[in-house]
Amino acid sequence: MLNKAKTLVLIYYAYMLEYRAEIFLWILSNSLPIILMGIWMQAASAGKFTLSSIEFARYFFAVFLVRQITNVWVIWEFEQEVLQGVLSFRLLQPLDPVWHYVSRHISEKLTRFPLVVILAGLFFGLYKEARWLPSITPIFCCVLTLILSFTLSFLIQYNFSMFAFWIERATSVQELWSLLQIFFSGLIAPLDVFPDSIRDVLILTPFPYLVYFPAAILVDLKIQLFKGWLIMIFWIILCYTLNRWLWKKGLKHYSGMGA
Amino acid sequence: MNIIEVENLAKLYPVAVKKQGLQGTLLHFFKRQYRDIKAVDNVSFNLKEGEIVGFLGPNGAGKTTTLKMLTGLIHPTSGKVNVAGYIPYHRQNEFLSKISLVMGQKQQLIWDLPALDSLRINAAIYNIPEKIFQTRLSELASLLCIEEQLTQPVRKLSLGQRMKAELLAALIHHPKILFLDEPTLGLDINSQTAVREFLKTYNQRYQATIILTSHYMADITALCPRILMIHQGALIYDGKLDILLKRFAPYRQVKVDLANVISREQLEQYGQIYHIEGKEVSFNIPFEKLTSTITRLFNELDILDFSVADPPIEEIVSQLFSQGTV
Repeated sequence: MLNKAKTLVLIYYAYMLEYRAEIFLWILSNSLPIILMGIWMQAASAGKFTLSSIEFARYFFAVFLVRQITNVWVIWEFEQEVLQGVLSFRLLQPLDPVWHYVSRHISEKLTRFPLVVILAGLFFGLYKEARWLPSITPIFCCVLTLILSFTLSFLIQYNFSMFAFWIERATSVQELWSLLQIFFSGLIAPLDVFPDSIRDVLILTPFPYLVYFPAAILVDLKIQLFKGWLIMIFWIILCYTLNRWLWKKGLKHYSGMGA
Repeated sequence: MNIIEVENLAKLYPVAVKKQGLQGTLLHFFKRQYRDIKAVDNVSFNLKEGEIVGFLGPNGAGKTTTLKMLTGLIHPTSGKVNVAGYIPYHRQNEFLSKISLVMGQKQQLIWDLPALDSLRINAAIYNIPEKIFQTRLSELASLLCIEEQLTQPVRKLSLGQRMKAELLAALIHHPKILFLDEPTLGLDINSQTAVREFLKTYNQRYQATIILTSHYMADITALCPRILMIHQGALIYDGKLDILLKRFAPYRQVKVDLANVISREQLEQYGQIYHIEGKEVSFNIPFEKLTSTITRLFNELDILDFSVADPPIEEIVSQLFSQGTV
């Protein structure tokens, strides 16, 4: 399996490099946190929030970084492959097609990495007050959380992808989820500014673990690390189980459209 | 030994039915109605190891659906199917390693990368060691005459080169059973011939079983001694191609170039006229009258050129499909 994974990642890395310009644009398309950073910093300097202006800047820059790693698009690939019949070729090979999608995501992250480092350098160069260097422990915890966060994000979207076996526009179902994700994941505002009652409920849902939780670890905001990890693992197991069930049901329904 | 066993295989597809007009559109939106379409209807046949079989049928006859059930891509509604000792839709890895599907109108190669990269992915997926991969690669690439194109991006290849690369990708794991759906679709004559020759060699060298669907009868006549004819989901003929031709076209086509124009009435006394254009005349002459008719033609008419050929197979097959029975 290791050899298969290595080959897939290497070849898809070469494939991603064919789209250098596109990758730069994808990075920029994830720059919503940078825009929101300015808004929240302005608001923090004028009003009374739990976070200071500098903390907002760091938080939203951490969100930008987290999004570069946890962002997934498997549903668009999967839907196209079902509609165009490409999935049929994958189903005829002795390897679960999911490995192709995971490898593509990993390869794309590797391609993004140097550009993200340059953008980080640029950010800290322009905004010196926001500079911070997390210690080894938060970095280690953040890396671990990012792996869990990517896995959860991927599994959630892959589950929505399974609808492509039944409907032609699985992406429209995903859009509804994305709307909720934008509000509740910490992308628009850190959970610290939400009322306690809402935050207590949200913390049990998968949303905060897609953006807020890893970003909060990176900028050292107050969170319950082990409780968060346990909730993430719970959602990962649940999504994985659901995925395998949907996959089996979907394959029975698959008609090999376009092929 | 049978490598493929199919018994009463059937596939029903629910198809949404929509009435005309605004009322129909609204009804379709709120309460969708479906009716079942029988894509494959109680099809049974067996294939022996090493056989090459042509699967014939007009568009929508159920050929591709049958291939999809044989490869395990779709589940049959009823009936039994066993391929190389496996039930295809269980999709066990051992089964998947023994088969391959090539679709003329679809591609598995990564468009923007050289074909060699896609081949490397396949080698990893099928656990082919590097040394064996290199040996197979050079053997198959040389048979297909495509060694130099493998390092070019797939998008830069011609249709013929791309199909050869697709075949190479489909065969790198040496499948025992090969399913080919219109493999020569859109190819020029040279490429069609090259693909046919390659398939023949692959079959002979590895005793691979091949099921081929094609709209080009030349593919079928060149490769398939046995054919399966499917019409509206049902199997209407399973047997040798030459027997079918003898049964439904028990004549040969005699073409003559005359020195002078002769009236149709006069020519009809030699046999059934298939085609006439100026001084060129084609007759359909039954086998038993062939020698005597040719002798008469030469004795009684002034002939400049002459040829005898089999009747066009496309026409016979198309005639059979329009009848719907054999």
